[in-house]
Amino acid sequence: MARRPITFMLAALSAAAVVTYPASPGAQQAPAADPPVETQQVAYGRALAVIGDCEGCHDRPGGPPLAGGLPLNTPFGVIYSANITPDRETGIGTWTADDFWNALHRGVRANGSKLYPAFPYPYFTHVTREESDALYAYFRTVAPVSYRPPANKLPFPFNIRFLVTFWNMLNFKEDTAPTTGPTRGEHIVRGLGHCGACHTPKTLLGGDKTGHELEGGKLDNWFAPALTGDVRAGLGAWPAAAIAEYLKTGRNAHANASGPMGDVVAHSTSQMSGADVAAIATYLKSQTARLEPTPPATLDPKVMASGQAIYVDQCAACHAVDGKAAPTYFPPLPGAAVTQSRDPTTVIRFILSGTQTVATDARPTPLSMPSFAWKLDDAQVAAVATYVRNSWGNSAPAVSPGDVARLRRKVAAKPVQKPSARI
Amino acid sequence: MATRLPAVDAVLIGFGWTGAIMAQELTEAGLNVLALERGEWRDTPTDFAPTFAQDELRYYWRHELFQRLNHDTLTIRNKASETALPMRRLGSFLLGSGVGGAGVHWNGQVWRFLPSDLKARSHNLERYGKKAVPDDMTIQDYGVSYEDLEPYYDKFEYLCGVSGKAGNLKGVIQAGGDPFEGPRAREYPNPPLDMPYAPTLFGQAAAGLGRHPFPHPAANMSRPYTNPLGVQLGACTYCGFCEKYACGNYSKASAQTTILPVLMRKKNFTLKTNSEVVKINLSADGKTATGVTYIDDKGQEFEQPAELVVLSAYILHNVRLLLLSGIGKPYDPATGEGVVGRNYAYQITSSVNVFFDDKILNPFVGAGALGTIVNDFNGDNFDHSGLGFIGGGYVGLLQTGARPIETHNTPDGVPKWGAAWKAALARDYLKTTTISTHGAVMSHRGNYLDLDPTYKDALGRPLLRMTFDFTDNEHKMSDYLTDRAAEIGRAMGGREIKVNYRKGSWDVVPYQTTHNTGGAIMGDDPRTSFTNRYLQSWDVPNLFVLGATAFPQNAGYNPTGTVAALAYHAADAIKTRYLKAPHQSLVQA
Amino acid sequence: MSTFELDRRALLGIGAAACAVPLTAAAAQFTGAGMAWQPNTAAWPTAVDLRAGYMFFTPDEAAFIEAACARIVPADATGPGAVEAGVPLFLDRQLAGDYGKGARWYMQGPFGKSTGTQGYQSRHPPAGLYRAAIRAIGDHLGRNGGQPFHKLSAADQDAFLKDLEAGKADLGGDVDAKAYFTLLLQNVMEGYFADPLYGGNRGLAAWKMIGFSGARYDQRAYVLAYGKPYPLPPVGIGGRPAWSAKG
Repeated sequence: MARRPITFMLAALSAAAVVTYPASPGAQQAPAADPPVETQQVAYGRALAVIGDCEGCHDRPGGPPLAGGLPLNTPFGVIYSANITPDRETGIGTWTADDFWNALHRGVRANGSKLYPAFPYPYFTHVTREESDALYAYFRTVAPVSYRPPANKLPFPFNIRFLVTFWNMLNFKEDTAPTTGPTRGEHIVRGLGHCGACHTPKTLLGGDKTGHELEGGKLDNWFAPALTGDVRAGLGAWPAAAIAEYLKTGRNAHANASGPMGDVVAHSTSQMSGADVAAIATYLKSQTARLEPTPPATLDPKVMASGQAIYVDQCAACHAVDGKAAPTYFPPLPGAAVTQSRDPTTVIRFILSGTQTVATDARPTPLSMPSFAWKLDDAQVAAVATYVRNSWGNSAPAVSPGDVARLRRKVAAKPVQKPSARI
Repeated sequence: MATRLPAVDAVLIGFGWTGAIMAQELTEAGLNVLALERGEWRDTPTDFAPTFAQDELRYYWRHELFQRLNHDTLTIRNKASETALPMRRLGSFLLGSGVGGAGVHWNGQVWRFLPSDLKARSHNLERYGKKAVPDDMTIQDYGVSYEDLEPYYDKFEYLCGVSGKAGNLKGVIQAGGDPFEGPRAREYPNPPLDMPYAPTLFGQAAAGLGRHPFPHPAANMSRPYTNPLGVQLGACTYCGFCEKYACGNYSKASAQTTILPVLMRKKNFTLKTNSEVVKINLSADGKTATGVTYIDDKGQEFEQPAELVVLSAYILHNVRLLLLSGIGKPYDPATGEGVVGRNYAYQITSSVNVFFDDKILNPFVGAGALGTIVNDFNGDNFDHSGLGFIGGGYVGLLQTGARPIETHNTPDGVPKWGAAWKAALARDYLKTTTISTHGAVMSHRGNYLDLDPTYKDALGRPLLRMTFDFTDNEHKMSDYLTDRAAEIGRAMGGREIKVNYRKGSWDVVPYQTTHNTGGAIMGDDPRTSFTNRYLQSWDVPNLFVLGATAFPQNAGYNPTGTVAALAYHAADAIKTRYLKAPHQSLVQA
Repeated sequence: MSTFELDRRALLGIGAAACAVPLTAAAAQFTGAGMAWQPNTAAWPTAVDLRAGYMFFTPDEAAFIEAACARIVPADATGPGAVEAGVPLFLDRQLAGDYGKGARWYMQGPFGKSTGTQGYQSRHPPAGLYRAAIRAIGDHLGRNGGQPFHKLSAADQDAFLKDLEAGKADLGGDVDAKAYFTLLLQNVMEGYFADPLYGGNRGLAAWKMIGFSGARYDQRAYVLAYGKPYPLPPVGIGGRPAWSAKG
């Protein structure tokens, strides 16, 4: 089951009638889809589509590439990704290169209506015109698919596209002069790579919190850890080469990629060039340590003792009694950033639902954590999560049974018991 | 009316160890490969997780991972003069089920046969003369030599990350390994597992008696390991739930943990589960396999054409399918003619319990192939003159985990229940261990497989019928091994031992081993073998039959290493020779 | 005291399977998509309803079973007896379920008599064999005005069980006494030593008695600790008291 990075969209501002916009007057109609000739520009566009992980949102499970229809669970409702194949009726087959540029750069469709920022144009605004044209050229070679995604399930007033205008005023600044610098890594991370879409904390309106870039973000019941230079909860302990290895192979001595990041690795970063992942790593290593210090957790010794008992009896099977596990096989817990993130959502979710390490060509083994939702109650999950967050030199806020219960309701309310085999 | 499907290059019947090995090899050669498995998809985090895998009742006694006999079983009898009755409950052998087959619940005991094992007939005749091999003992040479198979043994050992110590490197005997083994090109991929107390005591006692103890080669990882396919396995944690259980932390080699992560990503490989092959279809002249017919769980029938057909199910199912499909001449024990069903063999085992008063052994700590072995009495490693039998077996102390329903041994004279039983067990459980012997079974004219005339499976098809018993050869050999085991047991210095000889006819009830062999054996002569040395059917050149089905008789070792080596050997021949000249026999009879 | 609450949770409907999942779909086809996996999915053991009260045994059968269990594993200072350990409840639930029905066994006829090496050949699956055997035992003991099993003295009970074990008691009909006792003994051992989620081995007491470490997974620290007592208490699949902060 794919997990897709999503962004938030606007909160209600005022009631207004639904307004539709006709095609922009004078807009040229693009010719029918080009035959799939692999020019240099198309190849460049394909590589950029990998960096942007377009298929991450514009593919639905079992559907043809880029035909859309993936439901994105935003806190404001469900938005279905668009069909961006060159189909003339249901895709973007009538769009010109200018239209495409406007969508990326300003969040505006060919007919002039606004795109919801579930499409991360606040990041794509940094894409250069040359890159946009290359992406456009590539998309025109993709097989056209006649498919109309389902209607968005956005309750009033979120279903009023026009109101995005106001959201943009607060949360969006068009990049009037995009360049491919100052470094390649920065250009990727802040632009097409849209890492902050998950890894930057959001305001209530779903915009990036200014001044807190890459400090960790919560979305779709996951917590994407900080990519700052903090040692405990960021990338401070990871050498650049380790970051590159993680992006390319899906694991390194510190962590295994799984969940939504596993999808990003599978469809995007593992297929990027070595130079690009190295560039991303270099940029991320330039990030300062800037997370707010976390006060030391008040730990209930009884909770820690019960957490330890559960850990020794169960978790040690893979993570070992000292937590050190087996780097690149089973991730070590001492010093782990996901483990020590202030927000424990991902830790709790791994325990409840299990998780499958991403498979890549370099590292094809999807070493997985089993699901504990059927086995441990909320207090037990909270205890073992608190224990791993505060053992072996780790320090992070305790996890409460309430934290677990809330997340369980959302993601693990109905564990599925596999029945006995038939034969 | 069967739905006809588009043809594939190769169809594999059954998706356990040999299916996965062959699928990986054939897809590497660029073939479009389809594997049909009648069981289900199974994998570690969902089906074998360490959150519930340690359940002795469910897995060993209620057989959750094994084949359901209400769907398919076999009938058994010791002699042709008896009426075969169904094996209604699993016992003597534990049939696998689903993706990975028995390779999911095996121990991970990986051996190479001795060079002389592969030539059991000619070797024993040469050394001991005609009297050593009576007429009714229908043993044959395998048709491949140890040298032929060495590179493939090596390939499987490296695939599985076998933890061990070489005893013979290119002819030079190595300290700490098995001095009797055939020469190997290189060391094992992983060092031996940590050895617990009891097998260490066994080793010391055995060495004191002049035997040559060494660590059992184990497909349980002694450290995290990445195999040549790039697949990662974890380190074994000695949980003691290995044999009969599936591994929860990726540390026991199986198709899932060594091959499938790579194979399941390939676009030229398809696996269909819940698809039971009911027939291998032949052309009108019977010389070509045109494909298979299978049914899904709803009973819908499909015809799957294929250029190459590989029978990669368990040995018993392989033989049955050949018989049901009318391929090859069924064996008749009265005349000795026919090949399908002949030379069925098994394993003969026994044990010696050793009880200590003063040594806490913690026997529940264990791994599937964790232990100390002596091969001094295996194969023809010792002089059989005057002993009245050929063949041998290993004697060893394996500590696989003393789960209490299975393992609650009490000494001689203690009843099996009641207050005395309880007192003895409470006193002895932590201080008891067991030496086992694992002996060869030669083929005999009267031990064979055919179709049962009376009993049917859930699909209404005749069950396989197994006619098998140990002969004097096996009993004499097993008693000899048991005596040697008892010697070592006494030398271990415990309070007492209990010697459990294997007595009487083969009984389907107590678990012994899942080492059934033969039935469509390999060889040099189409009159007495079903396949040639490449496991290619003599009669139907585009049909290959994998598994222990090929063994003309069984040796004193666990079969999986040789099963895999033969499969790799066959795959190599298919890739380098057969595909260049398909539908041709690779060997001139 | 086990903190395992699977039975209660299952009874309360927590953890009930809710959605069809491709993993469990029949006749699945896999091409190029890697190792199939779903979150929240596991083949966990089905909960057993351990609330008091027999579902299978009639009162007469229960009387026999409880008395037989008390002799097969008597209570004493060494450790719990089979009754204290909950074995009668275990047996009851097993016989009421798939095991009792012989669901995994081959139960097609015709039914012949085993040569002695052909294993279980009764036309009764376990549930039926227990019913038939216990009734036959009652009839056998009641002949000539004898007392039912549960009213005999302990010594007489032992003697009768030994007769069953040795095949010396002819129960008549199609009940093979020795086969029944073999099955009963096997099932009692199962109940006594199985994970407590199945109803026996209450409080992990049987494991504590012998020193079995239970449903653990990481024993690396103990492999080379020759001769040293194992330091941890046993744990079941449902956990152990230390898993709860309340103790």
